[in-house]
Amino acid sequence: MANTSDTILTVESMSVEFPTLSGVTTAVRDVSFSVGREKIGIIGESGSGKSTTGRAIMRLQPPQAIVEASRMQFEDIDLLTATEEEMRAIRGRRIAMILQDPKYSLNPVMTVGEQISETVILHERATPKEARSRTLAMLERVNIRDPERVFDLYPHEVSGGMGQRIMISMMLIAQPSLIIADEPTSALDVTVRQQVLSILDDLVVERNIGLIFISHDLNLVRSFCDRVIIMYAGRVVETIAAADLDQAQHPYTRGLLNALPSLDNPKDRLEVLRRDPAWLEN
Amino acid sequence: MSMIKAHHLAVSYGHGEAALKVVKDVSFEVQKGETFGLVGESGCGKSTILGALAGRNKQWTGTLEIDGEEIGQKRTRSQLAKQQLVFQDPFGSIHPRHTIGRTLLEPLEIHGKDRRQERIEKVLTDVGLPLNFRYRYPHQLSGGQRQRVAIARALILEPKILLLDEPTSALDVSIQAEILNLLKDLREREQLTYILVSHDLAVVAHLCDRVAIMQSGGFVEVATRQQLLENTVEHPYTRILMDGSRGYVSERRKSDSAALPA
Repeated sequence: MANTSDTILTVESMSVEFPTLSGVTTAVRDVSFSVGREKIGIIGESGSGKSTTGRAIMRLQPPQAIVEASRMQFEDIDLLTATEEEMRAIRGRRIAMILQDPKYSLNPVMTVGEQISETVILHERATPKEARSRTLAMLERVNIRDPERVFDLYPHEVSGGMGQRIMISMMLIAQPSLIIADEPTSALDVTVRQQVLSILDDLVVERNIGLIFISHDLNLVRSFCDRVIIMYAGRVVETIAAADLDQAQHPYTRGLLNALPSLDNPKDRLEVLRRDPAWLEN
Repeated sequence: MSMIKAHHLAVSYGHGEAALKVVKDVSFEVQKGETFGLVGESGCGKSTILGALAGRNKQWTGTLEIDGEEIGQKRTRSQLAKQQLVFQDPFGSIHPRHTIGRTLLEPLEIHGKDRRQERIEKVLTDVGLPLNFRYRYPHQLSGGQRQRVAIARALILEPKILLLDEPTSALDVSIQAEILNLLKDLREREQLTYILVSHDLAVVAHLCDRVAIMQSGGFVEVATRQQLLENTVEHPYTRILMDGSRGYVSERRKSDSAALPA
């Protein structure tokens, strides 16, 4: 278990609002959490605000969105007051993001190698030669067997699992201290998912960094993460150690667990989640 | 009585030199009222089998018997109405500019059915949707409601078989539970036979009596529900898939079944 006193990111009462024609929609409301050198999962249904939370940390929300918080501290930087220029230096270098589908997140007209090298060339002003050798080493680190060949491939020429490993290598080459992974394995088959996760797991442990793992898959988060934040309708309803998820108290978390078909605990009928309007208060 | 009998079924795409055999010689039988699962990774041919059973894909060889009747490449309307498909993505499989009523009306028109309004009302009730939903458009519905519409559209022709292609993988767990319960109820009430394609063995074990595990176009194992629940499956690949549905298995904790396919 990671040392949680060593905090990388602190978020206090953050909310994200979107002005629309029919009034302001609050996507995230009064969310507080902190991330240490650990794997923290954010779980919730579609529309619960989990991805919006991840994006707001990197200030990647759409321009019309309003982000408010009483505190957003990333290491020595106050994310609330950081200028756009400072944010550019943070994104990709100190906080990196892995997205769901490598098919849509990689640049289709650049080779894989160029895209990975770009990060170190831009952030660390590495020479092309140095960038190439670091890229090859990074590709090898994510278990790509023939890095020289893969370096010159275009994204459409690689499989989904390899694409996701390329994304991971791209995110980790600049040695960030925090990774935000937004549904990194939802588009992958189970066997490939296992490989990708174990690479991610090893790297997080090896480099002693923080990981925010956004997912809708309870079993996956339970088995992969150290701590779990459960979100419902833009609010954090519960934060619990992953190992204790079975003892979760909040009726929403309990409802989600019971709605899940399970190989180990088969039920004739699955419980249907009853949404309580009281969950929306406080 | 067996509802579906497939014998040496092979399905291919493309012609001549470029022909690609996607399903290679599978044989199976599904009894009336049974739910048969097809599980495997993307590209293993599970949806292709459904396509061949539904009459979408005509490039198949072998023999196919549905409801005691041998089926050829060309089918009559009543043969086609016997099995209906439900697709994965309820956002992509319903016409966005037709009302739900019109979407449900279309199969009735094509198949020349009578008592159309009555049938639409019945089927909406069957899938647990209010009757006034027939005047709505898909964008006014949630994902779970849309999937109910997709099921209603499949049921409106009173088929004997529902071919379910990942019916819940685009849905949240709480909505998935509702749809799985609905499918269970319908199966009992209407005496339906299901073939369920899924990549999640937990969903399959919940609904299916037997499941075929597929890899590159063939069956590696046909396991019963009991075998899945008691963890007595034989093939190592089935085991890998089962571990997958339980979540992440750390390499550091894991000692056996280290051999993953490349």
